Amino acid sequence: MAEPRPVLEMTGIVKEFPGVRALSDVDFRLFPGEIHALMGENGAGKSTLIKVLTGVYSLDGGTITLDGRSVRFGSPLQAQHAGISTVYQEVNLCPNLSVAENIFIGREPTRMGRIQWKRMRKEAAELVDRLGLDIDVTAPLSSYPLAVQQLVAIVRSVGTGDSDGEGSGTKVLVLDEPTSSLDRDEVQELFRLMRRLKDEGVAILFVSHFLDQIYEICDRMTVLRNGTLVGEHMVGDLDQVGLIQLMIGKALDQLEELHDHQLHSDVGETLVKAEGLGRTGGIAPFDLEIKKGEVLGLAGLLGSGRTELARLLFGADQPDSGKATIGGKQVSLSAPNDAIGAGVAFCSENRKTEGLVPDLTVRENIILALQAARGWTRPIPVSQRDELVAKYIKALDIRPANPEARVGQLSGGNQQKVLLARWLITQPKLLILDEPTRGIDVGAKAEIQKLVVSLSEDGMSVLYIAAELEEVLRLSHTIGVLRDRRLVAQITNGPEITTSRIMETIASGEHQ
Amino acid sequence: MSATTQSPTAPDSRTPSKAARLLGDRRLPVAATALLFLVMYGVGLGRYQYYGFAEPQVFLNLFIDNGYLLVAAVGVTFVILSGGIDLSVGSVIGFTTMFTAWLVERQGLPIVVVIPMALAVGAFGGFLMGYVIHNFEIQPFIVTLAGLFLFRGLCLVISKESISIGDSSVSSMAQAQVPLGVGFLSIGAIVALVVLALAFYVLHYTRFGRRVYAIGGNEQSALLMGLPQGGTKIAVYTVSGFCSALAGLLFTLYIQSGDPLHATGMELDAIAAVVIGGTLLTGGSGYVLGTLFGVLVLGLIKSIIQFEGTLSSWWTKIATGVLLCAFILIQRFMTTRKKT
Ligand SMILES: Nc1ncnc2c1ncn2[C@@H]1O[C@H](COP(=O)(O)OP(=O)(O)OP(=O)(O)O)[C@@H](O)[C@H]1O
Ligand SMILES: [Mg+2]
Repeated sequence: MAEPRPVLEMTGIVKEFPGVRALSDVDFRLFPGEIHALMGENGAGKSTLIKVLTGVYSLDGGTITLDGRSVRFGSPLQAQHAGISTVYQEVNLCPNLSVAENIFIGREPTRMGRIQWKRMRKEAAELVDRLGLDIDVTAPLSSYPLAVQQLVAIVRSVGTGDSDGEGSGTKVLVLDEPTSSLDRDEVQELFRLMRRLKDEGVAILFVSHFLDQIYEICDRMTVLRNGTLVGEHMVGDLDQVGLIQLMIGKALDQLEELHDHQLHSDVGETLVKAEGLGRTGGIAPFDLEIKKGEVLGLAGLLGSGRTELARLLFGADQPDSGKATIGGKQVSLSAPNDAIGAGVAFCSENRKTEGLVPDLTVRENIILALQAARGWTRPIPVSQRDELVAKYIKALDIRPANPEARVGQLSGGNQQKVLLARWLITQPKLLILDEPTRGIDVGAKAEIQKLVVSLSEDGMSVLYIAAELEEVLRLSHTIGVLRDRRLVAQITNGPEITTSRIMETIASGEHQ
Repeated sequence: MSATTQSPTAPDSRTPSKAARLLGDRRLPVAATALLFLVMYGVGLGRYQYYGFAEPQVFLNLFIDNGYLLVAAVGVTFVILSGGIDLSVGSVIGFTTMFTAWLVERQGLPIVVVIPMALAVGAFGGFLMGYVIHNFEIQPFIVTLAGLFLFRGLCLVISKESISIGDSSVSSMAQAQVPLGVGFLSIGAIVALVVLALAFYVLHYTRFGRRVYAIGGNEQSALLMGLPQGGTKIAVYTVSGFCSALAGLLFTLYIQSGDPLHATGMELDAIAAVVIGGTLLTGGSGYVLGTLFGVLVLGLIKSIIQFEGTLSSWWTKIATGVLLCAFILIQRFMTTRKKT
């Protein structure tokens, strides 16, 4: 069977940033009606390739042809008009506008130049509904959690094209890590949508660090390593082990190691004790105990209150009932400072808005929390500081391994690592990790999980939140299950506990 | 497994609670300003009703005396909504008074010819500033500060002395009264209200208006969403330049003279009115209707102080300052509250 002509072909793509060659001589092609995975480690150049394609960055070399015609887009708008819809890696919407507007802005339905609000809201509600989302489209986007925002971004990109005269209909849909903050069901909804579009002949470029998802949905994949093309394969021709090898350039057995690691049993006395702690609208009052050296994993669907529980313990939200003690001392939790003072660190899931300062360097970002903990009047000696920073850059394999690089220029996954380093460096008693492996490649994911294990062996308590149940199960001594903003069960991990047992608990809301 | 597909995510667990939505409602600040206006007006009635404060004309005079400020503040609203700032407003107003007076008095041009010229100059000035801000990626604060000096300088190029306008068509236009049952409005006040209504329409019912909000919300995102963010920004400053020139024309009518020092610092009054009207200085949130109430509150402060009689007019500034502080604190509180 002769291969059909690719709808999109990129050849010899070169992109350089000052001091970094992000892409060198990369070829990429995309056929109509296929789902094509772009794979690679953090910083391999996936997002850069996408941004070069859609005109966010200018091209330093190479050619792009769309439908046989040579193109070069000057802005995302032009790419959109040519039929390329994109969801970028970080959710890029306007938090101040309503959900409906975020879906439609730029192509609102108008009559004689007047926006038809009613029609727009109705259509938005329908689009959102089709993705199985039950939300109020008139509420501002900022009132929804990240996952919903991500879904809205997807709805926007999918809805593009057909309603306005200017566009030519979506030919290419680009999804850069759309699933990083979605839970299983939402991923399935998204996949259903992707399959439907695929059947309609749309070519889809899909980026994800979840290998299972790649193997479930994709037909073909292109692998990048360090900005160069490693190969293009049909998904059926390459197994996971082979793919990982291509991505990192060597065999990976760390994942295996983790699989059979034993949870250390060296759990000490109670460190954190919460009694009836709760906040209306956030999470129902709960009792919780975290022991020294214990890893407490939180399981539950998105919006089930995992993050809210963590924020409460950190004082990021003020509890309106109950009390908490840390290390036997009562803490007020009215502001994060109290918690930080008591040795709690919080690595937030929302690195873009709550975590990093993009214009500061890697070093400055890493040192920030430690400096704050010491007080601004007592600077950390330069040599000690550089040594610490270097240590964590190495431990987490932050790339580029340059402490002077601006954080805003790092790839998404590497930014996440910087945030993690910031909190690790303060050597907290309790480390709260909210989705620490989101957007992180397989290799680094294993590294981070190993790190959590070794930290807890050294006596640090960890509150671990992750969307992947396997991850929670692998690391945790105790698993707290949340549902509908309520802590419904606390399960002691053991050989008989499986992911499906936990799923049942999440579904039924009780643990037998 | 299949059971888990539908049940666990209760729909309302995602939709914010009623109370949270009410507190986060972006219309709240406008309502607060409107309420403040009503309360102040009520206090005025209580204190000075025997001195004529209850006359409907006193209320209508708020529009007559502040029409030019309203027009300028409407332009500034566009700019602030888009996340920028325009400091050139006062100077453009001053320049327009000089330009108009000079053309009418010294060059003998009829006012109907001068009006479009003045508007074009203002709009072009705004366009240039927008162009520089966008294409050279310079802070709007700096660029419009340069605009402030430039236009003030141009005033002095025209003449160092003030020019009073004796032209009969100008004075008849200035003195025209549009009857309104209980009282009357001036042409300037009518124009200001029309501008307000137009701005409301543009901001809420056109794609351009929504783009202004979008780039104020997050400029980077707006770019990635494929919005023509550069063009929008330039347009916003053009609108502001146009409004400033129009405000300048109204001011000329109101004062019937041109003076190189007219409207010095009026950009600050305009910005204050916008902020008191509930528009966030960080952009992306606010209503032009709020700006109306902001202007009315400032105007009312002035009238009350006039009625009080014994207070020096500097109290206007003090009251404005206090209000501004209060409103910025409220904004701060509301934005931090929203994040949680
Ligand atoms: N604006 C920029 N300025 C300078 N360097 C940049 C910029 N954007 C990206 N880079 C660099 O280009 C390289 C590729 O980054 P890119 O974001 O494409 O990675 P990625 O494959 O998408 O990774 P991830 O999986 O972490 O998202 C990285 O080394 C990054 O530091
Ligand atoms: Mg990326």
